[in-house]
Amino acid sequence: MLLIPCPWCGARDESEFTCGGEAHIRRPADPDALDDAHWADYLFMRANPKGSHRERWCHSHGCGRWFNVERDTVTHGIVSVYRMGEPPPGGDGS
Amino acid sequence: MTGQPYRLAEGGAIDRSRPVGFSFDGRRYTGFAGDTLASALLANGVTLVGRSFKYHRPRGILSAGTEEPNALVQLGTGARGIANAKATRVELHEGLVASSVNCWPGPRCDLGALNDLAHRLIPAGFYYKTFMWPHRGWHFYERLIRRMAGLGRAPEGADPDRYERMNAHCDVLVVGAGPAGLAAARAAARGGSRVILADERGLPGGTLPDAADTGRLGETTAELEDLDNVRILVRTTVTGYFDHNFLIALERVTDHLGPHAPAHLPRQRLWRIRAGRVVLATGALERPLVFANNDRPGIMLASAARAYVNRFAVLPGRRAVVVTDNDSAYGAALDLHRNGVEIAAVVDLRRNGEGGKPAEARAAGLQILAGHAVVDSRGRRRVRTAHVARLDDDGSLTGPVRTLSCDLIAMSGGWNPAVHLFSQAGGRLRYDEALRAFLPEGAPQAVRCAGAINGAADTASCIAQGRAAGAGEPDDRAAGRVEAASRAPWAVPARNRAGEGRRFVDFQNDVTSADIALAAREGYQSVEHLKRYTTLGMGTDQGKTGNVAGLAILAQTLGLAIPEVGTTTFRPPYDPVTFGAIAGRDVGRLADPVRRTPIHRWHEEAGAVFEDVGQWKRPFYYPQDGETKHGAVARECLAVRNAAGVMDASTLGKILVCGPDARALLNRIYTNAWDRLEAGRCRYGLMLGEDGMVLDDGVTACLAGNRFLTTTTTGNASRVFAWLEEWLQTEWPDLDVYLTSLTEQLATVALAGPNAREILAALTDDIDLEPDAFPFMAWREGRVAGLPARVFRVSYTGELSYEIVVPAGDAMDLWTALTGPEHAVTPFGTEAMHVLRAEKGYLMIGQETDGTVTPLDLDMQWILSRKKDFIGRRSLARPAMRDPLRKRLVGLETGDPATVLPEGAQILAEPPSGVPEAMIGHVTSSYWSPTLGRSIALALVQGGRDREPPTVHVPLDDRTVRASIRDPRFYDPDGVRMNG
Repeated sequence: MLLIPCPWCGARDESEFTCGGEAHIRRPADPDALDDAHWADYLFMRANPKGSHRERWCHSHGCGRWFNVERDTVTHGIVSVYRMGEPPPGGDGS
Repeated sequence: MTGQPYRLAEGGAIDRSRPVGFSFDGRRYTGFAGDTLASALLANGVTLVGRSFKYHRPRGILSAGTEEPNALVQLGTGARGIANAKATRVELHEGLVASSVNCWPGPRCDLGALNDLAHRLIPAGFYYKTFMWPHRGWHFYERLIRRMAGLGRAPEGADPDRYERMNAHCDVLVVGAGPAGLAAARAAARGGSRVILADERGLPGGTLPDAADTGRLGETTAELEDLDNVRILVRTTVTGYFDHNFLIALERVTDHLGPHAPAHLPRQRLWRIRAGRVVLATGALERPLVFANNDRPGIMLASAARAYVNRFAVLPGRRAVVVTDNDSAYGAALDLHRNGVEIAAVVDLRRNGEGGKPAEARAAGLQILAGHAVVDSRGRRRVRTAHVARLDDDGSLTGPVRTLSCDLIAMSGGWNPAVHLFSQAGGRLRYDEALRAFLPEGAPQAVRCAGAINGAADTASCIAQGRAAGAGEPDDRAAGRVEAASRAPWAVPARNRAGEGRRFVDFQNDVTSADIALAAREGYQSVEHLKRYTTLGMGTDQGKTGNVAGLAILAQTLGLAIPEVGTTTFRPPYDPVTFGAIAGRDVGRLADPVRRTPIHRWHEEAGAVFEDVGQWKRPFYYPQDGETKHGAVARECLAVRNAAGVMDASTLGKILVCGPDARALLNRIYTNAWDRLEAGRCRYGLMLGEDGMVLDDGVTACLAGNRFLTTTTTGNASRVFAWLEEWLQTEWPDLDVYLTSLTEQLATVALAGPNAREILAALTDDIDLEPDAFPFMAWREGRVAGLPARVFRVSYTGELSYEIVVPAGDAMDLWTALTGPEHAVTPFGTEAMHVLRAEKGYLMIGQETDGTVTPLDLDMQWILSRKKDFIGRRSLARPAMRDPLRKRLVGLETGDPATVLPEGAQILAEPPSGVPEAMIGHVTSSYWSPTLGRSIALALVQGGRDREPPTVHVPLDDRTVRASIRDPRFYDPDGVRMNG
């Protein structure tokens, strides 16, 4: 059970949160400009790295806010937590 | 010591002034307070306590702790029955009732033992190989095998006991209250940390044999008990180690008190502990030796024999052979000897039984047979003889076999550090050749190991490591390690070429060294495959005693080093956890919240039958004097079609969407356009996932320029709210929109039927109900029955219909006014509502849709705007979405109007011919329509209404029903009634 530091509420048990998958996937501004393969990439393809991974989490049983978590998928250590719209502490997230 | 022939007159940590009566297999015995069931049985001379799992071999007590594979017992009866309790862990209490498992009629004479005679026919994998043929045969064999297999009996009936869950936080959690754990707890506590110290035994102090040492530990315990920042949990097994130093522990609060347990205490408590740091002082578990017939009653671990004589003042036998491949068993030999057990010999597998310990034993006059091994044993219900032979340099047997008479063989095959929790925490294990053991390596989380888990063999090293770990100071992990000097074989060779006598590795699962060799020969060479093929390390003990020897034998068979073979994965729980403790108080009415509408009491008094919709209780139908469900639903439907009905629709989700960009949000979320929706008007909307699949539907009303009230289906209310929030927070933070859930603040009552206008007119004087003034899909504000209300002219039944929305507190008054006798309004439930909407061909989210259905499949192109983007639009443009083979919504009419198809029935293009055929669709909704006097159904079928020919076949259990595809709008297809 992870202990997740919500940027609004502080450290809380994982069971209070919902994981929203990989962070920094932007919805294409003009979906029509994408062919089917690229649209499918946006829809379905997600990174599954061994090591550092940036994810979206929502404190759904707390303040209800979404934020970003950088988590090590091997050790489950939380490297950093930052609010929506903020740049990732360790480098660009685009 | 009347009745306890094996009890010593003095010594031990038992209270001779408090005799305790108990029964085992129907016979009455007496033990003392402080006994475990195992020690009390041994005191009474009971060594045969059960039968083994597969061969039904007589088995006794192997250990004195949690690792026990053999002495499993059934406790209690009925709903309080407990299967497979370990006799070595059950604390004795007055009136305890225990019995053997896995034997019939009893452990002394067990019919299942026929398996033992047939053992050559049933090696590892026997069941897999034999019962796979013929392939239909399994159904027959399975019943027989299931009856034969299994250990204890499951309790009969719901668990009557109460359990609790407790959340706890601490700076330092110390697991194990032996010398290392106590030292760690004291050091941490003295440094000011909040400490939790947990130990599975009834008293802190560990398993030290020496009384003087135990006394010193008592002082430490007393100091800890006085400190406010220390919580000591006894009878508490830390059983799971999860991420971020989150651990689960099971406290057995009253199990040891039996019927005398105070009523205010729960039976067990599940601790959920978040620790800053963890110190694992979990000790080590002794390994048995692998030799022929090493499983007879009276053969036990040397450490267990020592514990029984020292701690419980019980003689586990009167004449013992001690056999070992390391120094630790000499202590056991000396303690047994001191307490009057005759030591026939100490058999040491190592070539030169030299060094301090053997010298001490020799000085005490014990005979030491160095370079020898016990190669076999005899004795049916208790071991009678040990057979000893010399071991050659290469590990083979040489010379004559000597027979030593004995009633106890105390064995030691070395020690396994209890690394289970460390491994669960993500820690790596390193095989140490010198120690012949897997040791913890590194620190995956904020965790330290101290004491025997590190291989420390003496008390001083354990205490030093504990102190350092507790204080967070560096220590010497390697301190106190004693090399296993020998290269003694992991399995003692058989005494003759025939390989007579099975050599057990895993006692609980009856896995022998030959089974392991067989598995390796047959290709199950990965340790994980070996486990599943032979069941090595499964069962209630999870191979705590047998696993390492099993791995070593596998490695030997394959010609590999032990680290190359590795270990199977350690998973929680370390020791079985009661389901009741996991559930805690979340049972029965507390399992899940129940949501009731503000009109619930009226429904109850009216005798409504309720339906669960998510957490909501909704009236399903209202049976009147002896009506069946069918009768009630038909009456309610006809009342709505011919007069008027009311339904409590308060459970619909209601979300207030407001802010300058509210319209923009609706435009992006819903498939249709919202730019021109004026205040006072409503619109039906459909929302999709980004994959183009239908998510939810509902009506949204424009309350004022930038204020909208959106409704969702009952089951999706919180999901839709979360969905909108997610987009607003993560993707469109630039949109200035605020969402407020009003689901529970507002109540909705739907008034439907041709008389609806007339009835509503009698209850309001400030809303103009004339069709021109208040058309379909409009809403008005005013007073209804004197209550402030919003009235929405929308319809889910196809009739003229008003949904009246009032503050929740006014709902009962509104409902009472509407159902007054002067109005002749019929309350209707969700089933009538379903029938009425199906007659209209309206879709029901979750029934016609299942996450794979697009608006195109529902022939709802009309609701897809071409002028804007919306969530899911791009996905609908994929060619696959227009595949003519996609299932599309249709109406179905059965040939026989009386036949109501079951929902979920599969649909075929042709009558079934006996060979597998493609299923082209399924029935999504199906009802008897009282309005039409026939059955109706909605279905998703390949090709939809374009399908030719339009006849399909629905195979049921006993017949096949012909049906024809038609327009799903069975009733008033042009909507004349609701628009009127």
